[in-house]
Amino acid sequence: MRNSKLRSLEEAIRLSGLRNGMTISFHHHFRGGDKVVNMVVDKLAEMGFKDLHLAASSLSDVHTPLIEHIRNGVITKISTSGMRGDLADAVSHGLMAEPVIFRSHGGRGSAIASGELKIDVAFLGASSSDELGNACGFSRSENAKSICGSLGYALPDAQYAKHVVVITDDLVAYPNMPQSISASVVESVVVADSVGDSSKISAGAIRDSKNPRDILLAKQAAKVILASPYFKDGFSIQTGTGGASLAVVKYIRESMIEKGIKASFALGGITAHMVKLHEEGLIGHLIDVQSFDKVAAESIKNDPMHREVSAIEYASGMHTGSATHALDIVILSALEVDTQFNVNVLVGSDGVIRGAIGGHQDTAQDSALSIIVCPLLRGRIPCVVPKVTTLITPGSSVDVVVTEYGIAVNPARPELAEMLKEAGLNILDIKALAEKAKSIIGTPDPLPFGDKVVGIVMNRDGSVLDKIYNV
Amino acid sequence: MMFVPGNNPGMMADAHIYGPDSIMLDLEDSVTMAQKDAARLLVYNALRSIDYGNTEMVVRINPLSTPYGKKDVEAVVKAGVDVIRMPKTETADEVRELEAEILKVEQEIGRVGETRIMAAIESALGIVNAYEIATASERMMGIALGAEDYSANLKTNRTPGGAELLLARETIVVAARAAGIACFDTVYSNLDDMETFRKEVELIKTLGFDGKSIINPRQIEIVNQVFTPSEKEITKARTIIAAIREAQEKGSGVISVNGKMVDRPVVLRAERTIALAVAAGVIDKEEAL
Repeated sequence: MRNSKLRSLEEAIRLSGLRNGMTISFHHHFRGGDKVVNMVVDKLAEMGFKDLHLAASSLSDVHTPLIEHIRNGVITKISTSGMRGDLADAVSHGLMAEPVIFRSHGGRGSAIASGELKIDVAFLGASSSDELGNACGFSRSENAKSICGSLGYALPDAQYAKHVVVITDDLVAYPNMPQSISASVVESVVVADSVGDSSKISAGAIRDSKNPRDILLAKQAAKVILASPYFKDGFSIQTGTGGASLAVVKYIRESMIEKGIKASFALGGITAHMVKLHEEGLIGHLIDVQSFDKVAAESIKNDPMHREVSAIEYASGMHTGSATHALDIVILSALEVDTQFNVNVLVGSDGVIRGAIGGHQDTAQDSALSIIVCPLLRGRIPCVVPKVTTLITPGSSVDVVVTEYGIAVNPARPELAEMLKEAGLNILDIKALAEKAKSIIGTPDPLPFGDKVVGIVMNRDGSVLDKIYNV
Repeated sequence: MMFVPGNNPGMMADAHIYGPDSIMLDLEDSVTMAQKDAARLLVYNALRSIDYGNTEMVVRINPLSTPYGKKDVEAVVKAGVDVIRMPKTETADEVRELEAEILKVEQEIGRVGETRIMAAIESALGIVNAYEIATASERMMGIALGAEDYSANLKTNRTPGGAELLLARETIVVAARAAGIACFDTVYSNLDDMETFRKEVELIKTLGFDGKSIINPRQIEIVNQVFTPSEKEITKARTIIAAIREAQEKGSGVISVNGKMVDRPVVLRAERTIALAVAAGVIDKEEAL
């Protein structure tokens, strides 16, 4: 077509004006199936680029090849929400000279909008695009290969990056509208064989957890919600994707039907469970920054009440209109919670990075009721501890901690503790929970941290919360 | 009563958090020959070191006729178990033999008479001898049906409706009631069919059982739902008990509530309903009546 922006990846990179030392960005909507980061960084290495800052919305197991690019000096700085697998292990062992900057999804949105995180070239994978760059996380064509649903985490990059390259494996006829990323902000469109491994992008049918501990935790969390003042007509909710979080939705659904209560919206990562409640009329709107499974990805394509939002609209702390500010209830998980209600979701009990901040800080702080669901013990690892290994979400943002041995309520919320007690829930002091864990497992040896800072945890307001040291 | 394999430390460590009334740590069928000693040691240490709260702790030992039985008795009595469950019980003599073993260990540690016995009946001969087994020892707190071995012994199979178990179930309830002890039904092992499980629990409650053996925490809720008296039943029971108290104060014998005669069996049932409701935690002991 006339004015087509179709280019090879190499041409697109040359046109972008990218130079050594600049910042490139990526989104993580293709999760464990992502092929875009490795494809682009391989090409940049081949073209001889050095000293680049890789700013991804998150990184996962699939990004192990970055280790070589870091060793060769192609990538010298990383900003992300999280990191797993071999890359995270190598970073924890001191791979990089400069510490990795960890931000929440909302925090990243704010940092991009404020200019604290300046993106020179955004390489944004898309499930479909036309030749001008109208791009979506789904496809209306029959050739759809890599469907992810919402492109929420890519939208701040599209809006604020100096130069935007869309990479797709499903080039469709103009106009690919309504679109997630508007052609007006896109400079080049690159067609690749594949942008993602669809079997690893999202789970097919999510099955209900049969793990009795998950079920127990979910039932307790559901009881907390039902006994709270927020469970009333028009409430709003966000849950994670863990077994316990998903099961909470199932138990709340029963009470919603029984009592004739409907939710105004569900927020965040949207799952098939949420779509089901929405289709049953129990949830008005789905506000979707990330679609976790195929059902959610299909729904966002077809349902006008299922809306895509950017990470800024979702959870930015500096934008007062972001959706988390309207959120009543959030269910979150944790690797560790301490007796000050501080939460760690990033660094494992071995001191190695193995997680992501995600929207944890954002939703915990802005919601009216934040519930952390966390087993007291994972095998021989205590999860309620005197002090978290790494501070990710400050205790002042956390209201309730649900474990299989009892529920702790932040002392800042005495009225909530009273209501939960009256509902017959087993409310304990969080110190008693930590003591219980200690009595069963004992006190683990301190972690062998070195003195090199390998990661910096940012708060969503741009301040530094904690540092991660090498192991 | 939730069955937990005695060779699985992870499951033993937190079985009580799901709220079963009792936990049966198993040294018998769920443990292979090669692991018998290790499991015994694990169960001993679990009983000694894990705080199971108010949960009644039961251990199923290997039969005394095996090389493991006596060692099992020694270990679990020393660990302070509440109840020893003897498998495949067929005669009263076997019960007395176990009783003697328990006494021997109890005397050694100076804790005589604390350990109670539950007998699992798992054969035709055991059913024929049910009453003798139930009354063989002062320590006998209950008898239970083991349906897998029993139906194999009968040369039949287990069916969803449980027709093959009817006589055994009724015999166990009758023997337990005649002996004044408790009775427990067998396990249901298809975890994917909760509807049939519920029907089975409803059936055995109707037959008169005090409880059900379970193999997974997911089954607890259904058993509790079936056995917990409804609000309507509790209100009715309270009305009956209040009426009989009033009648006793006035010195009159037979009374009627809502036009129906209330005699002793009706009062006993009402009292049992209240006791169950208290046990299930749906009403407080103080406000029971």
